[in-house]
Amino acid sequence: MRRVIKLMRRIAKELLRDPRTLALVFVAPVLVMWLMSVVFSVNSTTHVDVATVGVQSSLRTQLNDVKHVSAHKYTTNRSAKAALKSGKVDAIVKEHDSRFDVTYANTDSTKTSMTKLAFQSSMTSTTLKELSAKVTKLAMANATLQAKMQAQVAAQGATSTTPTTTAGKTKQTTKAVKVHNHYVYGDSNTSYFDKIMPIMMAFFVFLFVFLVSGMALLKERSTGTLDRVLATPVRRSEIVLGYLGTYGILALLQTVVIVISTVWLLNVEVVGNLANVILVNVLVAFVAVTAGIFLSTLAASEFQMMQFLPIVLVPQIFLSGLIPLDALPKWLDYFSYIFPIRYAADAQNAIIFNGDGLSKIWVDLVVLLAFASYSPR
Amino acid sequence: MVGVIKLSGLTKKFGQQTVLNGVNLDLQPGEILGLIGPSGAGKSTVIKTTLGMEIADSGSAQVYGATMPNRALLGQIGYMAQSDALYTTLTGRENLQFFAVMKSLPQDTLTAEIDRVAQVVDLTGDLDKRVSGYSGGMMRRLSLAIALLHSPRLLVLDEPTVGIDPALRLRIWDELRRAVAAGSSVLITTHVMDEAEKCDRVALLLGGKVMAFDAPNKLEADYQVDTVEEVFLKAEGEL
Repeated sequence: MRRVIKLMRRIAKELLRDPRTLALVFVAPVLVMWLMSVVFSVNSTTHVDVATVGVQSSLRTQLNDVKHVSAHKYTTNRSAKAALKSGKVDAIVKEHDSRFDVTYANTDSTKTSMTKLAFQSSMTSTTLKELSAKVTKLAMANATLQAKMQAQVAAQGATSTTPTTTAGKTKQTTKAVKVHNHYVYGDSNTSYFDKIMPIMMAFFVFLFVFLVSGMALLKERSTGTLDRVLATPVRRSEIVLGYLGTYGILALLQTVVIVISTVWLLNVEVVGNLANVILVNVLVAFVAVTAGIFLSTLAASEFQMMQFLPIVLVPQIFLSGLIPLDALPKWLDYFSYIFPIRYAADAQNAIIFNGDGLSKIWVDLVVLLAFASYSPR
Repeated sequence: MVGVIKLSGLTKKFGQQTVLNGVNLDLQPGEILGLIGPSGAGKSTVIKTTLGMEIADSGSAQVYGATMPNRALLGQIGYMAQSDALYTTLTGRENLQFFAVMKSLPQDTLTAEIDRVAQVVDLTGDLDKRVSGYSGGMMRRLSLAIALLHSPRLLVLDEPTVGIDPALRLRIWDELRRAVAAGSSVLITTHVMDEAEKCDRVALLLGGKVMAFDAPNKLEADYQVDTVEEVFLKAEGEL
């Protein structure tokens, strides 16, 4: 036990005297999280500019009234096309003999689908408006007809009523319907960033702990200090425990920093228990140390260690749930179960979005522990 | 009487290359055994197999009668590798403290023991500086100091005097003699032939085999030359 504590203290001391690594572990995740929150929030409010050629003004105003869409009137098809080419507008709507031609720049698929949606909805509402105008007109005509008839009757009799009362009644019936939105998680500002935040947290812990511990162990191998330590009565398991201990504490601190910055600075809501979030991340750190130790045995240099990153990390990013897994092919979904981040992401999502306790996520935790307890020679 | 080290018929291959080809060696208590040979002769492999860090393909390595690897026995062995193997972000004292705990030195004698070994290698004044600021010779001395911690019964030193100036080299040899007088035994590899003269017995390792193994003056007589260096050259020529 004394040896494990001494090992932990030595590893911690080495870390503390390396300000760059500390910055990598504590400053980089916060910076990246903040950047992501900015980028992904901005991305959710795409603005679309639509050129209209020969489109009736009612439809154009309707289109202009759609949120994040502006309609610009162009007189000729040629000028509209030039605007599309120069990127001034994202689509052209051309009306010709009651036929609509819509041309999309289609360089950004979200803009295209947004334009499609906006155009369709304004078409529908324009038709509706025309319809209701027609109905009102008909009603008016009906009223005037009735009035006329009444007048005729009155000409024969004496009393008369004005058609305005009927017109007033029609106006009253077009009262706007109000929609109230309720959110189970978060609020109207909840964006894609909130969805990926729990996964990113686990991912950062994995990435940085994996890198730092793998490199540290590689250095121990290449400088011969590991051989020297192994030439003392120390057990291998004690060395592994020393690494797990220090990096577990490091992950704990890192998670606290990430949680504080995301919850208080970026206003992300955590429904469940923060202690559980930290527990999951410490387990992720254990897995990362094990992976770091294992891969450092296969690498002969720091550069070779970096070569593992595309194999070890990139698939984990894509299969961890950043992209909704139910949208992926089934086999990819099954494939994702070989990666530890998958389990961490599931547990994190359950805690942060649903407020699930340990009773619901224990399977994920056990799998993570199993990954962590793999011990290479 | 049980020998300190007994290597019999050690054979070790790395892939296609045969590094050791039936090495027989023995180290008696209170003896300094010098292992000499050109680089690539397998000196470090002999040492690593002796310590149990490498497992021989055939043959056996015994230390104090126990077959290596044997973790418990490692506490009685002071090992100094060819590379300095130091934590450069730590100070010299922190390095010594770390390895002292790894060797299970009792806490109450730790400070005194660290002061003692620092004195031996003349690093007392530099103990609280970080190793990254040490010169090559200082690192070598600190590495030796770590091996000397706990006054081990067996010292295994791989090229301990490389990069150390002559005056200090003399002091280190004095210290080795003192350790031997106190009952320790030493296995040492060296490139420096006048150091080989100071050993009680010298083993000449060539092409994975022990070509000659005797006291320096006996070897010189056998090969009819004046120095171990000439023995070395002659043996290499005969190969």
